[in-house]
Amino acid sequence: MKHELIKGNEAVIKGALLAGCTNYFGYPITPASEIAEAAAYYFPKLNRCFIQAESEVAAINMVYGAAAAGSRCMTASSGPGLSLKQEGISYLAGAELPAVVVDVMRAGPGLGNVWPEQSDYNQIVKGGGHGSYKNFVLAPNSAQEMCDMTIQAFDIADKYRCTAVVLTDGCIGQMMEPVKFPDKVVVPQEKDWAIHGTAETRKNVITSIYMSTETLKDLNDRLQKKYAEMQTHEQRSEDFMVEGASLIVVAYGITSRIAENAIKELRAKGLKVGMIRLQTLFPFPKDRLQKAVPLIKAMLAAEMSAGQMVDDVKLAIEHKCPVEFFGTYGGSVPTVGQMSDAIEKAYQKHTS
Amino acid sequence: MEQTKIVTKSKPTGFYENFDRKVGKDKKTTHYCPGCSHGIVQKLVAEAMVDLGIQDRTIFISPVGCSVFSYYYLDAGNIQAPHGRAPAVATGAARARPDSIVISYQGDGDLAAIGTSEILHAANRGENMTVIFVNNAIYGMTGGQMAPTTLVSQKTLTSPAGRLVENDGFPIRMAEIISSLGAPTYVERTACTDSKNIMRTRKAIRKGLQLQIDKKGFSFIEILSACPTNWKMTPKDSVQWIKENLEPYFKLGVLKDISDTREARSRSQPIFDPATVFGVLGLKKEEKQAVRTSKFAGERRLKIAGFGGQGALTAGALIAEAGMNEGLHTSWIPSYGPEMRGGTANCSVIISDKRVGTPIVTTSDVLIAMNGPSLDAFENDVVKNGLIIVNSSMISRKVARTDVRVVYVPLTEIASELGLKAMANSVAVGVFLQHEKILERKTVCDVLTTSLKKQSALELNFKAIDAGMTFKEGQKKGITQ
Repeated sequence: MKHELIKGNEAVIKGALLAGCTNYFGYPITPASEIAEAAAYYFPKLNRCFIQAESEVAAINMVYGAAAAGSRCMTASSGPGLSLKQEGISYLAGAELPAVVVDVMRAGPGLGNVWPEQSDYNQIVKGGGHGSYKNFVLAPNSAQEMCDMTIQAFDIADKYRCTAVVLTDGCIGQMMEPVKFPDKVVVPQEKDWAIHGTAETRKNVITSIYMSTETLKDLNDRLQKKYAEMQTHEQRSEDFMVEGASLIVVAYGITSRIAENAIKELRAKGLKVGMIRLQTLFPFPKDRLQKAVPLIKAMLAAEMSAGQMVDDVKLAIEHKCPVEFFGTYGGSVPTVGQMSDAIEKAYQKHTS
Repeated sequence: MEQTKIVTKSKPTGFYENFDRKVGKDKKTTHYCPGCSHGIVQKLVAEAMVDLGIQDRTIFISPVGCSVFSYYYLDAGNIQAPHGRAPAVATGAARARPDSIVISYQGDGDLAAIGTSEILHAANRGENMTVIFVNNAIYGMTGGQMAPTTLVSQKTLTSPAGRLVENDGFPIRMAEIISSLGAPTYVERTACTDSKNIMRTRKAIRKGLQLQIDKKGFSFIEILSACPTNWKMTPKDSVQWIKENLEPYFKLGVLKDISDTREARSRSQPIFDPATVFGVLGLKKEEKQAVRTSKFAGERRLKIAGFGGQGALTAGALIAEAGMNEGLHTSWIPSYGPEMRGGTANCSVIISDKRVGTPIVTTSDVLIAMNGPSLDAFENDVVKNGLIIVNSSMISRKVARTDVRVVYVPLTEIASELGLKAMANSVAVGVFLQHEKILERKTVCDVLTTSLKKQSALELNFKAIDAGMTFKEGQKKGITQ
């Protein structure tokens, strides 16, 4: 396909339709509303279903019902909406249903404001609802990846029968960039475990209630095995100027875009700095981070929160090298200058 | 009594022969207490399902409450839903499988307390589904707490002195509320008491299902039911209690029935045909491999700002798209976050021969200031030797900086003179093209040709761009023919 200049939020919907998504259930919220608006515009034109639900809670439960009925379905929201959806996401995990959720993060807590932050990390990556479950979390940092990762999210959700979250932020959602859409339309496959309203699937049941301790343990064992498989096979990250680096920045989403500029500037000044940009947050790319540890003096975790991803960085490398932290919050996106200063300070501290 | 026997005999069609999913040794009897109405209602549903020939098509939604384990018994596709959410789950299933028969089955706490929102809106959308509402005026599964339908003065574990109006309000009449909505097709309240009322219930359930088969939308059947265990009564006394206490408050009968006039609505099959999908999404095949036609090397960071309606954002998108079409890396982001200052709408645009890092422009190579506040806000962010394009129609002051290039252009006047004031942004783009020389006029005009919403103004916009390109400072107006 020809490149198209398009907003990240709209690229999500075009990607979803190409991925065979037939059902979108959403609720308006800044800065994610363009996703619902694009869905409302495009889905009906292809006889696919768009419903503006009465609440975030209803939207995620409609996803639950449509997923149980075997369709490719999705919802999207931002922080306050995701907090409400957590109940449904826990049930999706318990019932092992495939679903795609897009979170265009804004600043919190509470109503916060509508400017970008990355403070949904814990509620999305660590679970957020009740029970020992995980979401598969993809972290795009461009409009192109908003499309690509939405498509991947549907495949991953079906493969593992899990919720795949595209975790992004207000900047990536709102910005326009050239996107090359794939020239393939996925026709969703029937799922033999789902309830289609047919003779073949009449025997099927979708539930997350397991009254005996043995069967509930079995479910949890199954889930943990799945998460271990993801951890083994699905870690994704991208290197940026890591050759010969003494300090590695770890970042995702818009923060990684800002860090690119900062790193280029600092490299020009002779500082040996680079970045490992995280593309999956669960599974956390710990193999790549661990591999970097013997070659560097320190890491700097940069994120737009008071410190959430940084904990996973420390755990991933088992504290084998120092991890500095640079965080902003309140909805303020760091400037390249602020990012450079933070990286340079960490660099000087650990290399001189 | 004969009819009661029909529906209470041990194993109706539509139930599994053995309840293999049931936990424990007893795989033959349900977990419902003696005298509980759930057993009767579910048998009515199961038999109707078979008699109407819809067993394979049925998707039964089990709620949270005593009927959470309905999938132990009902031989149909089963989805168990979170507390109160059955109508939302049912909506998802019904929309994903328009030819299935969706039965959303709920108790009073589930439907009328925690799930009030979901039931009202599923009803209000007129979803093609049948809702069975078992109202026994108490929370059963959790052991007998007050429900939204608990009667005034009725004692429960959480209304030990009896339901107090001043503390708990009045019992909710759900059937009446649902029947007040426009979309529902059929709303009836029945009771699971004597044989006559059980047969009415049987008929109501069948009617609701038939309407769904006929694709005639939403049916709501509220069934006054007994909970002898939590009411602390015998089954026989419970039936009497329904008649004497529940029925006077929750009146039996049809509350709404528009089934004769409600048209059937079918849903079309989703389209996956690539040509249609690409067409709808506006995706165009790449005729030949995209090549970089631009000789531009480096990066230009633009800030374009003005008040709403001046088209600053559109001008930015035009420049970004033209850059893309010349094979350059581009990004565009609207005023978003703390860089929004001074009450202006603005966007950041980056054009580069390399991958773009942050899309947010904090220090700009080019500033297009469409109005005074924009110049005030961003003048100091322009790099040394950068370019400031000042809309002198709107800005009377001069740029204070002496280390930047400045072009004063009466953008608004030029546009007005050409006949369309709203084209001031196109004039600005022309000035930018002339002074930065990184994009071709043709690429910009080609973008307008494919993207301008008001195609009748296309030629005018070309003229506006040209006026901007040919404007020489010192001219009072920009038009040079």
